Amino acid sequence: MAVSKMPVTSSDHIQGDAHAPITLVEYGDYECPYCAAAHPHVKLVRNRYGRQLRFVFRHFPLTEIHPNAQSAAESAEFAGAHGRFWEMHDLLFENHERLGIEFLFAAVRSLGLSETELRDALAKGTYTPKVRDDFLGGVRHGVNGTPAFFINNRRHDGAFDFPNLAAAIDSQL
Amino acid sequence: MSQVLSPGTSAPDFTLHVTPDQCLSLSELRGKPVILAFYPADWSPVCGDQMVLYNQIRPEFLKHGAEVLGVSVDGAWCHQAFAKARNLHFPLLADFEPKGAVSKSYGAYREGDGVSERALFVIDKDGVIFWSYRSPLAVNPGADGILDALERLTS
Repeated sequence: MAVSKMPVTSSDHIQGDAHAPITLVEYGDYECPYCAAAHPHVKLVRNRYGRQLRFVFRHFPLTEIHPNAQSAAESAEFAGAHGRFWEMHDLLFENHERLGIEFLFAAVRSLGLSETELRDALAKGTYTPKVRDDFLGGVRHGVNGTPAFFINNRRHDGAFDFPNLAAAIDSQL
Repeated sequence: MSQVLSPGTSAPDFTLHVTPDQCLSLSELRGKPVILAFYPADWSPVCGDQMVLYNQIRPEFLKHGAEVLGVSVDGAWCHQAFAKARNLHFPLLADFEPKGAVSKSYGAYREGDGVSERALFVIDKDGVIFWSYRSPLAVNPGADGILDALERLTS
């Protein structure tokens, strides 16, 4: 159950080389404290492996326990539509305890984007289908909570810190 | 380590407390698929929690007409507090007295630890086990196996 095919597509948010031998996929929720805690470790992993690693982030908002997770994910998509996904991604994880609408507006403003456009996109649900597709795809791929990491399609069931992630990656290099 | 009941086996009926003053019997759900999710304990870490995941995915289960039931040896009051804290919308059953009796009848009890295994059963509308799976205790099995089974069951 922990191994599944999950092709990376052009609708994914990708950092790194498409030909890298390692693909690390994270399913995450911006309001999840465990995801936020893992965030700097993912950055360490990216720095450590450089061109050997491609990183993909997909949304898995647990909206029943995280009331701001859906709007946060849609805000990241909004920023992504303007080429600023990863900056918004960082801002959201770094502020995971205060992701109310005021923060989301302030965050897009800080990226030079329009909060009016964000408001309209959230109201219309412009990015709701993309977030839902990520979530449902994750369910079918064996996501069992957040964060969920997959290293070359294999779910990482160990701890989410740098040493454990690096050891799991090394075992596949 | 115990062996969980296999597909083709008739699912043992039970009546357990679902709230401090209400009980639920498996036979009441005859006519629709039932997902039985045995788990060790309420209050495991928040976001990796199996019951939180099933709560979030429940609309996908309902597309197959399936009801999900969580089962652990925690008491009904404990379940009630846990369900409230995690905003759960499905029943948690208390396999509390005699302790673990229903878990034992499904081969899903850990004698030494005194808790239910992490075991999943998809039961068909006639009360026969269609699919079962036991996960290592520390590994949340997710929902992909359940959804695969429901698709095969209802296709």
